Amino acid sequence: MNIIEMINQPWHWAFSGAMIALVLILLTWMGRSFGVSMSFRNICSISGAGKKNTFFNINLKDEYWRMVFVLGGIVGGIIGFTLLKSPEPVAIADATVQSLKGLGFDYPASDEKGLGFVPTDMYNFENLKGVIFAILGGFLVGFGSRYGDGCTSGHAISGLSHLQISSLITVIGFFIGGLIMTHLLMPIFFTL
Amino acid sequence: MNQNTEKLPRLIAFFAVGILFGIIMTKSEAISWFRIYEMFRFESFHMFGIIGTAVVIGAIAMFLMKKSNVKTLRDTAVSYTPMSFSLPRHIIAGTIFGLGWALVGSCPGPMYILLGHGYWMFALVILSAILGTYTYGVIKDKLPH
Repeated sequence: MNIIEMINQPWHWAFSGAMIALVLILLTWMGRSFGVSMSFRNICSISGAGKKNTFFNINLKDEYWRMVFVLGGIVGGIIGFTLLKSPEPVAIADATVQSLKGLGFDYPASDEKGLGFVPTDMYNFENLKGVIFAILGGFLVGFGSRYGDGCTSGHAISGLSHLQISSLITVIGFFIGGLIMTHLLMPIFFTL
Repeated sequence: MNQNTEKLPRLIAFFAVGILFGIIMTKSEAISWFRIYEMFRFESFHMFGIIGTAVVIGAIAMFLMKKSNVKTLRDTAVSYTPMSFSLPRHIIAGTIFGLGWALVGSCPGPMYILLGHGYWMFALVILSAILGTYTYGVIKDKLPH
């Protein structure tokens, strides 16, 4: 097995977690703190929102690093989709595959790319319901992350690594919301 | 020397770390809507293992970097500015975020990475997240903080 074939296999969770910690360590060493959701605020600011609202009146030069980091993330996605593509779709639990049937998803066929990344039979532009959920979900993430002053990277990884009680409570909130959506709302939304 | 703006070589380094992040999140499968769904159903240890390992190693690393007075490349000490504690804010904001996270199966980092994979719907998700952020900025003074 050559090195590319090795990387192409899905990674073990322990190795994955260690690599995410490496990203945190690198960004910290470079003098910045890990956080992706602030990029949405930057884009508001670039779009001129600062003229209307002082919340978006930020020094963008201080945020260049984050914008190139996020652009790098997109390129990392392109590399992941091309050079480092996994041979098999994501191996989720059998119980999860079963419960997906209740939502109307046939796994892994419900991802048209065969990767097991996104249920494209819901999330495609021909499906009005999927478009509405994409808009709703994106809005909640954008609103909640700014209100909570951070997302998964800022709170669950960086904040918890700095032993922040605020981050711990915010992450508990992430799970309250996620559990309500997954167990109560999605079964209604997706089968309407 | 300007403390606030990185020059081009440093920005290229941040770009490279971003690429690394995109690859890690892809190969760890943390960008998968199905992995997030599975996590919220507690049907696999995978996502908990990833986040748990990252936090344990991250906490040890942050502790050691603070303890040894490491200077960052911007000539600053390793520190963290805590946000002011507010139980209602953390819980409400976290819950709103979590509702969206589970629905689109993606937090902000993976949204960009999935766009790189050619899941074009995430362009709309990101646009909507920007609108959500803007809306927060407009109504924030009316919210409990």
